[in-house]
Amino acid sequence: MTHVYVSSIIPAPANTVWALVRDFNALPQWTPFVVESRIEQNVPSDKVGCIRAFSLNDGGRIREQLLALSDYDMSCTYAILESPMGVENYIATLSLTPVTDGNVTFAEWQARFDCPADREAELIQQIGTHVFQAGFNALKRHFGH
Amino acid sequence: MARVHESTIINASIDAVWHVLRNFNSHVDWHPAIATSQIENGLPADTVGAIRNFTLADGGLLREQLIKLDDEAHELAYCLLEAPLPLNGYVATIKLKPVTETGQTFWTWESTFSPPDHRKQELVALVAKDIYQAGFKALEDYLGGSGPTHASVHHQTGQGASWSPSYEQIRRHDTSSAGPSALGTLTTHAIVMDAHGGPDVLRPRQVEVPAPGPGQVRIRQSFIGVNYIDVYSRTGYFNLIDPPGIPGMEAAGTVESVGEGVTHVQPGDAIAYACAPVGAYTGLRTMEAELVIRLPRWLDPRMAAASLLKGVSAGFLLHDVHALRRDDVAVVHAAAGGVGSMLVQWASALGARVVATVSTPQKAAIAEAHGAYATVIGRGADFVETVMQVSNGRGADVVYDAIGRDTFAQSFEALAIRGHLVSFGQASGAIGEWDIGHFATKSATLSRPNYAHYTQTGEMMEQQAARFFKAVEERMLTLAEPTLYDLGQAAEAHRDLEARRTTGSIVLKV
Repeated sequence: MTHVYVSSIIPAPANTVWALVRDFNALPQWTPFVVESRIEQNVPSDKVGCIRAFSLNDGGRIREQLLALSDYDMSCTYAILESPMGVENYIATLSLTPVTDGNVTFAEWQARFDCPADREAELIQQIGTHVFQAGFNALKRHFGH
Repeated sequence: MARVHESTIINASIDAVWHVLRNFNSHVDWHPAIATSQIENGLPADTVGAIRNFTLADGGLLREQLIKLDDEAHELAYCLLEAPLPLNGYVATIKLKPVTETGQTFWTWESTFSPPDHRKQELVALVAKDIYQAGFKALEDYLGGSGPTHASVHHQTGQGASWSPSYEQIRRHDTSSAGPSALGTLTTHAIVMDAHGGPDVLRPRQVEVPAPGPGQVRIRQSFIGVNYIDVYSRTGYFNLIDPPGIPGMEAAGTVESVGEGVTHVQPGDAIAYACAPVGAYTGLRTMEAELVIRLPRWLDPRMAAASLLKGVSAGFLLHDVHALRRDDVAVVHAAAGGVGSMLVQWASALGARVVATVSTPQKAAIAEAHGAYATVIGRGADFVETVMQVSNGRGADVVYDAIGRDTFAQSFEALAIRGHLVSFGQASGAIGEWDIGHFATKSATLSRPNYAHYTQTGEMMEQQAARFFKAVEERMLTLAEPTLYDLGQAAEAHRDLEARRTTGSIVLKV
């Protein structure tokens, strides 16, 4: 099992950031790499078990299922059902925590997955830097940095 | 129920912040509210269950107990046992998380307690502001705001693996190691003796310390241990110094720079040594890297300088020179002294019945607290009689004698048939000439161990140090706070040591 962990500080109150990221169908609104997203079966995007199908700007298509959503912990856990990345058993969690000193947000994004050993370094780089950290960079820009 | 929850971002790596916070006795070093702190019963500060005893800057007393310590999750919890304020049922948690993007640390400090209703608002504000927020700022200042060195995506592989940062040595208070190590020769204060003689030959002087050559380290020393062997090397009784020279065999501090080929320590590592060659009474020292021991995280440099040489001595005296067995009757002279107090504790913990001899009732109380089976003040006929009572007339299996001239004859008299007299010092003077034939009256064994022969290679030193650290961790030994002198007061420290005005260890502070 490979584990990737990335964390960042978002310069906005946690509940403000959470209002944006809790929507499982909102990736196109804040990430630079998702161009189009929809929830399958037309269920609400905060229904646990719902599936989002989205397209990346490089044309790749991904389906992910919401496994857990907590407004109390401000965290969201999902699994990849289909993707071009070549990962197995991929489960990721995005979570926010308020930083009382400065009223900003500590954001964590982590994933566990299985993959062939020779692709591990590349996938860690791709997921850690080009998905999670890129997502945080986009959030920081979104909130004025 | 009141709840306080504060969090912040600290401009230092999680390893640096955790290294300080996981030390349950560290608040006195950085938190402005704390005037003094000590862990009760001499337990290592990372013992779950350890109790810290605070005096506050305003004079109040506080006792808190560590109830959780998790190095994997970077989390600890503690509760209040006694306090001057009604913070009833106070339980606090500290959690750290890494900010991988910037290399900083996210720190959460929270607690719950049940104050009286009319004081709730006031107490919540006090805890949040004067303890937690003030603590955030103080720790960041303490860590020097030097900031993290790098940011990266962390990962770890393997079945069930989880992310965990590698331990990185903290580099507080040491500007020289924040960047590349200083090159070339450095100047420092040292104690130099130009001739053998009394304490007055120990004089402060500036000396130059060369950059480390291949296989060497240069150490920025913070505390230097004073041992009786330093007196022998000063007087010339042991031929360890050819004046002019710097005495001392024990110190602790951090690695300032390393020479070519040195891999087991690196700049910034907390280390100590306790071995020949002499030369420890100095602020900076260049020496062979293999003789240097990395300190366990729970042992701070002050306590290391106070205990390493004595602990290693006690270790080989009880295991290598004489393999002490459970139920042995062991005599320890000068039982409240540096090595003596370690021998009493360790031998007792190994199951021996220790007869301790001391010079005063105060020192007798120390030996008793350390577990001595019987304690005798003075070393005359009373002492031999006590040994015979404890051993049912058999005598002592082993006698540890560092007093020499004044005790040697009694020590021999107290021995059992086939007993072992271990003479490892002569604080009262040279033992003189003895007829070997006389030893046949008891088939006695005599040992005169030399510290160097048990510690002279890196491998030997490492094994000895590891045995000592383990004994402390397993609480066979508790370490007492040393008496501190400034490095410039080395002569005074020697005078007090020779006049037996001290108990426990003496340490020079750089």
